[in-house]
Amino acid sequence: MSDYNFAYLDEPTKKMIRRAILKGLAVPGYQVPFASREMPMPYGWGTGGVQVTAACLTPEDTLKVIDQGADDTTNAVSIRSFFAKVAGVATTTRTREASLIQTRHRIPETPLRSDQILVYQVPIPEPLRFLEPRETETRRMHALEEYGLMHVKLYEDIARHGAIATSYAYPALVNGRHVFDPSPIPRFDNPKLESPAIQLFGAGREQRIYALPPFTRVQSLDFEDHPFEASKADGACALCGATQTYLDEIVADDQGTRRFQCSDTDYCMERRA
Amino acid sequence: MSGLAMQALAEETPLLSVSGLTRFYGARVGCEDVGFDLYPGEVMGIVGESGSGKSTLLSCLAGHLETDAGKVVYNGQDVLTLAEPARRRLMRTDWAFVHQHARDGLRMNVSAGGNVGERLMAGGARHYGTIRQTAEDWLERVEIDPGRIDDRPSAFSGGMQQRLQIARGLVTGPRLVLMDEPTGGLDVSVQARLLDLLRGLVRRMGLSVVIVTHDIGVVRLLADRLMVMRHGRVVEHGLTDRVLDDPQHAYTQLLVNSVLPT
Repeated sequence: MSDYNFAYLDEPTKKMIRRAILKGLAVPGYQVPFASREMPMPYGWGTGGVQVTAACLTPEDTLKVIDQGADDTTNAVSIRSFFAKVAGVATTTRTREASLIQTRHRIPETPLRSDQILVYQVPIPEPLRFLEPRETETRRMHALEEYGLMHVKLYEDIARHGAIATSYAYPALVNGRHVFDPSPIPRFDNPKLESPAIQLFGAGREQRIYALPPFTRVQSLDFEDHPFEASKADGACALCGATQTYLDEIVADDQGTRRFQCSDTDYCMERRA
Repeated sequence: MSGLAMQALAEETPLLSVSGLTRFYGARVGCEDVGFDLYPGEVMGIVGESGSGKSTLLSCLAGHLETDAGKVVYNGQDVLTLAEPARRRLMRTDWAFVHQHARDGLRMNVSAGGNVGERLMAGGARHYGTIRQTAEDWLERVEIDPGRIDDRPSAFSGGMQQRLQIARGLVTGPRLVLMDEPTGGLDVSVQARLLDLLRGLVRRMGLSVVIVTHDIGVVRLLADRLMVMRHGRVVEHGLTDRVLDDPQHAYTQLLVNSVLPT
């Protein structure tokens, strides 16, 4: 512990990241560039989220880390033990007990509170990237609110699949101004983006931080005749019987038997307890 | 004043008024001191050899290139001093640009319907059914089988791509269309068909057009008035038939005489 500064990053770096976070909170949905640091893990493992977490942690915090809703996957376990080691903070798997939750690809089923912070790991922060490869052009489009292209993508979805087939990283309009990529959370989670908790998004490789202050208006983009739908698999959790949660489909045996299970392991366990 | 007289008066104010337009490439002249008025419903042809500054002029008008001096007044506003959001909004609603190479003006990885619908969606259209219906109508108007609405432009022939590009531009009902060699690189029969289509659309929609080309045949067919450029300057301008049948400037005479007899 004494070999590291609290929470791994040095204080000037944390200050720089906090400034980016504050700017992000001041302009909801705007991607703030920041000088992302090398972290002791590969890109794609949550280097952006880890830096945001490091900048937000205090010694009194209780940390929870989830990956696709689960507390026990490699990514979640290693990030949790990383901060237990370099910050000495308490860790938990219970959503209720955590003051800071770092997540990859899910929002917990348990409603968040105003004293909690949710940190997302973001691979590609730019929602327009696959339509417009030039960074100079996408920045200009954000600056001038030219988001017609985003609807072209949804149009293509309907033309090809008969319905909006974008099922994760579903673009949304934040505070009536910026279109943003809510990281690859399932679109089932999009309505939960309007939350009492502070939500921070960190993209390490792309060097961007953006944020949603509590209760910010988040409208998922859609067409009048093809409205947004927070879809999920039609089924019930095989463990806890929940039908209102986001479900993972699991192949159970070599015969190809399939079953569903809550993707949020903590929520599922709490229901069974 | 009667309505008809009002209309006649309105038609006397130019839609587009260009004056003193100048663009340098370092010390070299791109185009210098170019000026003209374009009236509603009028087609203006710009001809000249390669390097005469006609494409530079068009790029300056469209805002693709910075201008060193001059004014481009549209609807009483200088487009060159317009704030960028307003200028870009103008470009995708009231104006349209047809590129020489269709792939510069199209999104090649988006279906034909998406290409036509993009300007509508940029303008705030949010009803899928309406957008698709409009796209189908426009494909029909530019003689593309509406059944190919979900095909990508890369699966289209060169002539179809060019017609798709035109549909994409005209879908918002613009008043001014800038065309940069729209028939370049197409074979003769496809060219003829495209010109026929263009002429029909221009007359029916009452479009004002600035068309840049090196093909005298194209301007004779389409343009009401003609401007001849050389070394970045306008050397002659007037009614198309007058300029082509009775060229005054030595260069225009050369240009007219170098057309192969048909």
